[in-house]
Amino acid sequence: MTTKTTERRVLPGMGMVKGLWVTIYTMFRTIFRPGKYLATINYPVVKETPVARARGVIALDQEACTVCMLCARQCPDWCIYIEGHKEEKEPDKPGGRIKVRNTLDRFDIDYALCMYCGICVEVCPFDALFWSPEYEYSETQMGDMLHDMDRLQGWLATVPPDPELEK
Amino acid sequence: MSFLTELFSNFWVSLVGKLLIVALMIPLVGMVIGFAEIKLSAKMQARMGPYFAGGRWGWAQLIADGVKFFQKEDLIPDQADRPVFKLAPVLVLVSTVGLLVVIPFGPDLIFRDLSVGIFYALAISSLSTVGVLMAGWSSGNKYSLMGGLRAAGQLIAYELPLVLAVIGSVMLAGTMSMSGIVEAQIAAGYPYVILQFLGFGIFMIAALAELSRIPFDMPIAESELVMGYLTEYSGFRFLFFFLAEFANMFSLSAIAVTLFLGGYWLPGIPESVLPYAGPVILLAKTFLLVFAMIWFRWTFPRFREDQLQSLAWRWLIPIALANILITGAFKVYL
Repeated sequence: MTTKTTERRVLPGMGMVKGLWVTIYTMFRTIFRPGKYLATINYPVVKETPVARARGVIALDQEACTVCMLCARQCPDWCIYIEGHKEEKEPDKPGGRIKVRNTLDRFDIDYALCMYCGICVEVCPFDALFWSPEYEYSETQMGDMLHDMDRLQGWLATVPPDPELEK
Repeated sequence: MSFLTELFSNFWVSLVGKLLIVALMIPLVGMVIGFAEIKLSAKMQARMGPYFAGGRWGWAQLIADGVKFFQKEDLIPDQADRPVFKLAPVLVLVSTVGLLVVIPFGPDLIFRDLSVGIFYALAISSLSTVGVLMAGWSSGNKYSLMGGLRAAGQLIAYELPLVLAVIGSVMLAGTMSMSGIVEAQIAAGYPYVILQFLGFGIFMIAALAELSRIPFDMPIAESELVMGYLTEYSGFRFLFFFLAEFANMFSLSAIAVTLFLGGYWLPGIPESVLPYAGPVILLAKTFLLVFAMIWFRWTFPRFREDQLQSLAWRWLIPIALANILITGAFKVYL
């Protein structure tokens, strides 16, 4: 606990000396014990495990999707493309009502546009979209950043289980 | 051997040889210091630094950077004054080459031992200011112009303490020749930093300002002026400025070593081994000072323009003048 008055009695320029000490101390520390003091990791060789709820990539559960278009309409970047059609299902009993079911034809997310806000995940009423912590999906061509339905379904396997509910 | 001596006694052969050595030295020294800078700055910030280029330690990083610069488009803005724009980086590099000429690397190892060595060195180092001002003016860009003007103002302010700090050593040695100053230090038996510690400190501060390196990088202050006078430069013209900065760090440090730290001489080293050990000693001392420059850069924040000017005019110049008076008194009465 140093008060302001005691700090002023210190020799002028001591702050600069202190700063020089910090940089050279950090330098030798990092050179001789990089394992302990390195603040960064050597990425492609060593990989960091992202936290469980990291926003890496969005996964799609095709079974749960009802083609309600809420996610596409809420998306601030308009990076979700959805197409679907209605399928008629035969009634269970003869003479019953014909059931209509929405089926997904196309569900693309353009990760070149996506800004990872997560509104689509929040807004989905049927829990068809999930955050996955995977982050290694860079491409050499911009067009390849458009993930189609099946690729998004593939990310589903990497989604971590839900956390325990709070009591 | 006699054949070689005869060959190099020919004026033109020795001139071409010396030119080749200087031309090779500038990129080499620039790369070594540039690599030291990126690697040491990384360690000072607890980072790894370049790692993959060249297989180990990222040693080829700057070679890759150089190749990258040559691949880039040589862009000249429409509004630029073309001949001046093209000449500016060359002029900056020429002043760097000129500085190397008078540095004594050993008792006989000097490109040209001028009798006004240190005077010549200071004169030619201010040539780079002209180059910087030309670059700023000819870019046709207001940020560049502001950067160039700031560089000019800064270099006028810091040229004075630089010259005044040198005078102390010149007075003690009684000569302006660079090798003469080193010989005077050998004869005196101590490096002049012992008497001229004020002069040495002022010289190093002013040299940092001359180089416009970070505590003094107002001319290229990227948060205010984009990149100052470098804004419009790309490709190998930018590389020229880049190399000149690092080579200038080396040559100004070598001049400081020659004037204040005994040059190629260490106390306790017999004079008979100096021709061989001299260059190594000089390089070791020089790189020590270069390390200090890198260290300061990654520690201190940038000065404000008024702080920068008041440091030069209100502190450095009066102290340097007082230093000259004290040195004069010392010289006369002791």
